[in-house]
Amino acid sequence: MTKEQLITKLKPLIEPYVQDEEAFKNLSEDTDFVKDLKVNSANLVDIILDIEDEFDIRLENEDMEQMLDVKSAMEIIAVKLGI
Amino acid sequence: MENNINKRVVVTGMGVVAPNGVGIPEFTKALQNGTSGITFHQKLKDLNFSCQIGGVPNLPHELQSQYFTDLQLRGFNSSGILYGCIAGIDAWKDAGFETDPDSEPDYNTGLIFGAGTSGVEKFREAIYKLDGGEVRRLGSTVVLQTMTSGISAYLSGMLGLGNQVTTNSSACTTGTEAILMGYDRIRSGNAKRMLVGSCSDHGPYVWGGFDAMRVMTYKHNDDPEKGSRPMSASASGFVPGSGAGALVLESLKSAMERGATVYAEVLGGDINAGGQRQGGSLTAPNPIAVQRCIKNALKNSKINPNEVDAINGHLTATSKDALEIENWTRALGRKHQDFPLVNSTKSLVGHCLAAAGSIECVASILQLQEQFIAPNANCEDLHEDIKKLIDVSRVPQQAINRDIEVIAKASFGFGDVNACVLFKRFIA
Repeated sequence: MTKEQLITKLKPLIEPYVQDEEAFKNLSEDTDFVKDLKVNSANLVDIILDIEDEFDIRLENEDMEQMLDVKSAMEIIAVKLGI
Repeated sequence: MENNINKRVVVTGMGVVAPNGVGIPEFTKALQNGTSGITFHQKLKDLNFSCQIGGVPNLPHELQSQYFTDLQLRGFNSSGILYGCIAGIDAWKDAGFETDPDSEPDYNTGLIFGAGTSGVEKFREAIYKLDGGEVRRLGSTVVLQTMTSGISAYLSGMLGLGNQVTTNSSACTTGTEAILMGYDRIRSGNAKRMLVGSCSDHGPYVWGGFDAMRVMTYKHNDDPEKGSRPMSASASGFVPGSGAGALVLESLKSAMERGATVYAEVLGGDINAGGQRQGGSLTAPNPIAVQRCIKNALKNSKINPNEVDAINGHLTATSKDALEIENWTRALGRKHQDFPLVNSTKSLVGHCLAAAGSIECVASILQLQEQFIAPNANCEDLHEDIKKLIDVSRVPQQAINRDIEVIAKASFGFGDVNACVLFKRFIA
C-alpha cells in the first residue's frame, strides 16, 4: 500500500470527527488531529477504534499516545501492517 | 397573590416528546382528540414479557438530525437523552431564545432535568463488550450516555447554560420535583430562568423490572389502546411509556422585561416523603403524607381548596387509584359533585416513569391555556370505590371545554415520595 493509498483510506475514518472543515480539505501528513482539525480529544479513542476495524489491526495504548497527527498514524499503521 | 414580580414564576416555553405526539401542537391535538400512543411491541413478546404493549414516541431519523449532529448520533443509544434534548431545545426556542455555539454562557439560566436511569441500551452494549474482555473498545461516550446526569450534560451544552446544571431523580415523582426545584431556585434569586423537565428511556431493559413485579397489565396485548385504564373497574396494571417534557420557568420580571409569551403561572407546591410509615412502603404511598403534600401545596400557593378547578392525577391504572382519589377528597375536603374535574394523562401515553411528571405538567398547562379537560380514555367503567367518593361526571370520558383557572398536578413515586404543584391560568 502506498502512502497515497493509506491516506485515502484514512481520510473517511477521520472525517466524522472533524470540527474544522477547511483544515480537513487541506489535509496532509503534517495535519494534527486536535490542533488543526479541532477533533475533540475524547474522540481520539473513537478514531483509533475505527482504524483498528478498517485495517484489522490492534493498536496498543502506547501506539495511541503517539498517534496525534496524520504522519504518526500512518507510520504506526504501516508498521502494524508490515509494509 | 404575591406582588413581588421577582418572586412570581411563570412558564414561558414548553416542549414535549410523548408517545402520542412529538411537539406541543401535535401533543395538544392528541390530548383534545383522546389519541392514544400505546402500541404493541414485538420485541417485548419475543422476550416473554407479560405486558407486550407500551408508549414510545415516534421520532424518525430526519427529525433527530434537526437536533443532533451526525457526530453526536454516532454510537448514540440513549433514548432518554434523545427525548430530553428534543423537548428541552423545543422549550427553549418556544420561550423565544436562540442557540449560538459561539455565545458566552447564559449565567442567568440553569437546568434541572431529571432521569430515572440513563442509556440502559448503551449500558447493555458496554456490559457485553466488558464481559468479553473488550473494555478498551467501549468508545468515548459510554460514560456520557449512561451517567444519570447525561441528559443535563448534553442539553446544557447545546444551549450554553451557565447557572446550576443538574439532574434530579425521585422515581415517578422526578418530573414534578424538577419543576418545583427550578421554581425554588428562581424564587431564591439564584437564577432568572430555569429549564426544567425529565426524561425516560423506552424498552425492555427499563420496563422489565416492572413486568417482573406484575404491576403492568398483561390483558391488552391484542388491543393496546385499551390497555391503559386509570380509575377503571377493569384496570389491571399500568402500561409503560417513555419520552420527555420540558418547561422554561422564569421570574415574572424577566418574562415581562423581554415581552415573553406566558403559558401559565406556577403558584407553588410541595415535595415530601411518607417515610415508608403509616401504610407507606418502598412501593406504596403513606396516605397521610400524600394528603399533607397536597394541603401544603395549596397553602404555599395561597389557594383555597375550592379554587381548584381540575386535577391531573398520578393515577397509573393500578389498585392504588382509588386510594389516590380518596387522598384528594380528604386533602381538598371536597367529594361527590363538589370534587374538581379529574383526569389521568396516562390513559393516553401510559406511565412514562421518570418522564411522567414533566409530560403531565405540560399536559396540565396546555389544558389551562386551551381551556379544556382532556378525556380519560378507557374509563367507561369507573371503579366502584371511586364512585363512592366522587361523581361520575367528575371523570370526563370525552374532552370538554371548560373555564379552568387553577389546575393541581401531583406525582408519587417508589420510595414513598410525593410532589404536588399548582398552575394558574395567566392573563397578561
